[in-house]
Amino acid sequence: MTTMARRIAGTGSFYSAVVLLVLFAAFPFYWMLITTFKQDGDLYNLQSIPYWFNESPTMEHIDYLFTDTLFLRWLGNSALIGVCVVAITLVVSLPAGYSLARMPGRAAENLGIGIFLTYLVPPTLLFLPLSRVISLLGLQDSLWSLVLVYPTFTIPFCTWLLMGFFKSVPREIDEAAIVDGCTMVGAFVKTILPLSLPAILTVIIFAFTLTMQEFVYALTFISSSDQKPITLGVATDLVRGDVYYWGELMGAALISSIPVAIAYNLFLDRFISGITGGAVKG
Amino acid sequence: MAAVAARHIRKQFGDVFAVNDISLSVNDGEFLVLLGPSGCGKTTFLRILAGLESQTSGDILIGGENVNEVPPRARGIAMVFQSYGLYPHLSVFNNIAFPLKTQNTPRDELRRKVDWAMRLLSIDHLSSRRPRQLSGGERQRVALARALVREPTVFLLDEPLSNLDAKLRTSARSELKQFQQTVRTSTVYVTHDQVEAMGMGDRIAVIDHGQLRQIGTPTEIYDQPADEFVATFLGTPPMNLVEREGGSLGFRPEHFLPREMLNGSALAEMPFRIDRMEYLGSERILYGEIEGRPSKRIVTAKLPAHAASDQLRAGDRHAFAVRCSELHYFDREGRRTREGAVQ
Amino acid sequence: MTAIAEGTRPVPRRSRFVLDRPEFMGPLFIAPAILYVVLLVALPFFLAIYYSVSAYTIFNPSYHFVGLKNLKEVLESDIFRHTLGNTFFFTIVSQIFGLLLGKVGAMLLIQDFPGRGIARALVVLPWAVPVSLAVLAWKWMFDSLYSVINWTLMAVGLMDPMNPAQWLGTTDLAMTAVITVHAWRLFPFGVVIFLAGLTSVPKDVLDAATIDGAGFWRRNYVIIMPIILPIITIALIFGTVFTFTDLSVVYLLTNGGPVNSTQVLGSLGFQVGVLSGDVSHGAVICLFLFPFLLLATIILLKVLRRREI
Repeated sequence: MTTMARRIAGTGSFYSAVVLLVLFAAFPFYWMLITTFKQDGDLYNLQSIPYWFNESPTMEHIDYLFTDTLFLRWLGNSALIGVCVVAITLVVSLPAGYSLARMPGRAAENLGIGIFLTYLVPPTLLFLPLSRVISLLGLQDSLWSLVLVYPTFTIPFCTWLLMGFFKSVPREIDEAAIVDGCTMVGAFVKTILPLSLPAILTVIIFAFTLTMQEFVYALTFISSSDQKPITLGVATDLVRGDVYYWGELMGAALISSIPVAIAYNLFLDRFISGITGGAVKG
Repeated sequence: MAAVAARHIRKQFGDVFAVNDISLSVNDGEFLVLLGPSGCGKTTFLRILAGLESQTSGDILIGGENVNEVPPRARGIAMVFQSYGLYPHLSVFNNIAFPLKTQNTPRDELRRKVDWAMRLLSIDHLSSRRPRQLSGGERQRVALARALVREPTVFLLDEPLSNLDAKLRTSARSELKQFQQTVRTSTVYVTHDQVEAMGMGDRIAVIDHGQLRQIGTPTEIYDQPADEFVATFLGTPPMNLVEREGGSLGFRPEHFLPREMLNGSALAEMPFRIDRMEYLGSERILYGEIEGRPSKRIVTAKLPAHAASDQLRAGDRHAFAVRCSELHYFDREGRRTREGAVQ
Repeated sequence: MTAIAEGTRPVPRRSRFVLDRPEFMGPLFIAPAILYVVLLVALPFFLAIYYSVSAYTIFNPSYHFVGLKNLKEVLESDIFRHTLGNTFFFTIVSQIFGLLLGKVGAMLLIQDFPGRGIARALVVLPWAVPVSLAVLAWKWMFDSLYSVINWTLMAVGLMDPMNPAQWLGTTDLAMTAVITVHAWRLFPFGVVIFLAGLTSVPKDVLDAATIDGAGFWRRNYVIIMPIILPIITIALIFGTVFTFTDLSVVYLLTNGGPVNSTQVLGSLGFQVGVLSGDVSHGAVICLFLFPFLLLATIILLKVLRRREI
């Protein structure tokens, strides 16, 4: 083989590998997309090639979703839960992360790691006792139960993320503010917070997406359709008996996936450095 | 009246005393330098004055009032940090205005004071810049202006020149001293650099291992060091120390000269074996040993560059001498003893 | 100075100074976070332990202590033993595939080529979108009648059109399906972690190795792997924990079936504890996750600690 031919073959196999990888990752989403806009006759037809429209695309599944199901309500529920959880997470994690970043000595570090480790405690371990706690609080079958419980995984992760960020802010800045006439709270609010806007934005996005992805607690705590968040509502309520309405299902999954997917992609690097905690540099 | 007074300040970290029973006071308008090697506790002491650390025991008085329980913001102090601690998200103007805003200063008064401080430090043209757009020297001036507008009882400066390059440091040093003489605010200045200390301080407090070794004017510190530590910490090369009965004998390298260069009586003669010489342009440093007088360190002599240059060679043995008035006597504990004690 | 100085500052009242004390404010700042974790993580965890030794069901909520009776019953159940095996099997196999694909993907995506940004964004999708919704797409792709996978296999002649595969209806295929979905969901995480690791390897180290005569594989295993090992360990732990404890994939895809063949601890715990209302046995099943989590935690701690030093 000549060098030229070898190079072409090399490039060719490289691109084939990339294409295969992307296909494996993204095909289910393409499948969601095409299913959403196919007519039923086209969907349930074994004769034609399924990868493309054999009849004209239709909006009927989307229309049905918005007019005849609680889809909008679920979207609203998810948004409401997300906003509340983000608020709780910020109120709790910002001071905690700051305190951990500034506290002297080994104790603070251990405490920080301890809080981070609770991120590893899975819903599967806690859904049984927590559902009991929820009913004791009279929150069973209400979306507020999720607002209460979701911070158990957003707080550990976000506190850890913020702690790392605050550590990168020189201590001199808060000390300067304290000498310049601020209380400790004042120094935090007037100098550290404005400097931390990028980190705060990251925390908002992640708390929100983590909330959007949760399924187990929602499944355990909530059975009334009008209280369900989007993930639960779509997965359980769009199925009548044994009949799956694939057009509507895929449309709903697609619409609710898009914002999360975009947010994740934008903040991916911060998320990774949060999880690995700079493990490589050490 | 003393602007700041510290009484028996101790600070304990675990088993270690970072500050061990330091008492001193800063007079009104005085420039006091805290000098010591790194890790000696001088910065901790400064932070205790500021209220950023709390002392284990002892009292701090600022303007005659005990401020042990008073937080930094209410102590009437201003501090300039090692890397200045400027607020990166605020413009130069707002950085300087920050301490005034925390006191809810009326708007036009705030403007007037900030403008005045910026003019005094010639940074008015930088007013809308952000700290990261400034050079090191400009940052330092912004930090000073920010300290100034508070009209503090005392300035606390923590090695403010250490982040500047060597060339800039010299000019910043004289600017800083001039600035302090203009505003006449009492100043406590921490450094490990003896040149800064000697050049700027009205008085110098030498600190080592958390203890105050000596406090006095630069002349006192240099000419009458209270103990061996102070004697060897200041001066380049440091003071020579040789053994004597009942302690040690010290003399500065620049006073240790070939016998023939000194006239008059009352000389202490010592045979010097020269091992090595360094020519530094304006002077020459000789390294060697004094025969019959053991020393823990190599003995040095500092000569004008061309004095007796033909007679002195490495490997030679030569008669050197010190005027008796320039000899320092230390006892076994390293403390200065009565001068002119019998040798 | 004197010209501008006017008056002395009023000294604030001393009672407010408590808010200036770091030794008071530090703990105050962190208290809400700790309180949240203690009340809603630690406490429920101990409640779970208590359930596991009591006769608590939702029909008969008595905290009557029965000791290790529940544990014994669970251990004696065939379904449980099968489930435990499944959980390990699913986790290990999907981790291996996930990591391998992750490594390959990272080595592809670290090259500079037109469209890399889009390729990376698309590859990350499986991990980004809510798992419950992504699983629905797979369920549709595994449909008993209209499976696009079957259609493709038939079209290229790899499957008999008279005898299409019942992905979610036969034991082996259902397991394959569950593993596929787990690996699919996991591998993008592996890709980005490997990418982060690879880009953090200092270029001069690689150059030095090349000059010293190290070939592709040697560079890979002697230089790159040791440097990125901590990051890979963390990724592996997170991936393992999330797969091991997951119940949504199995719940939505196969619901543990056919006949419990794809049941995992999470889904079984949900079935017993929530759907059947037998809270105490459900708690026992879920608590079997704990020793495993503890092990993962210890490894993670070791990695995190080494990072600090």
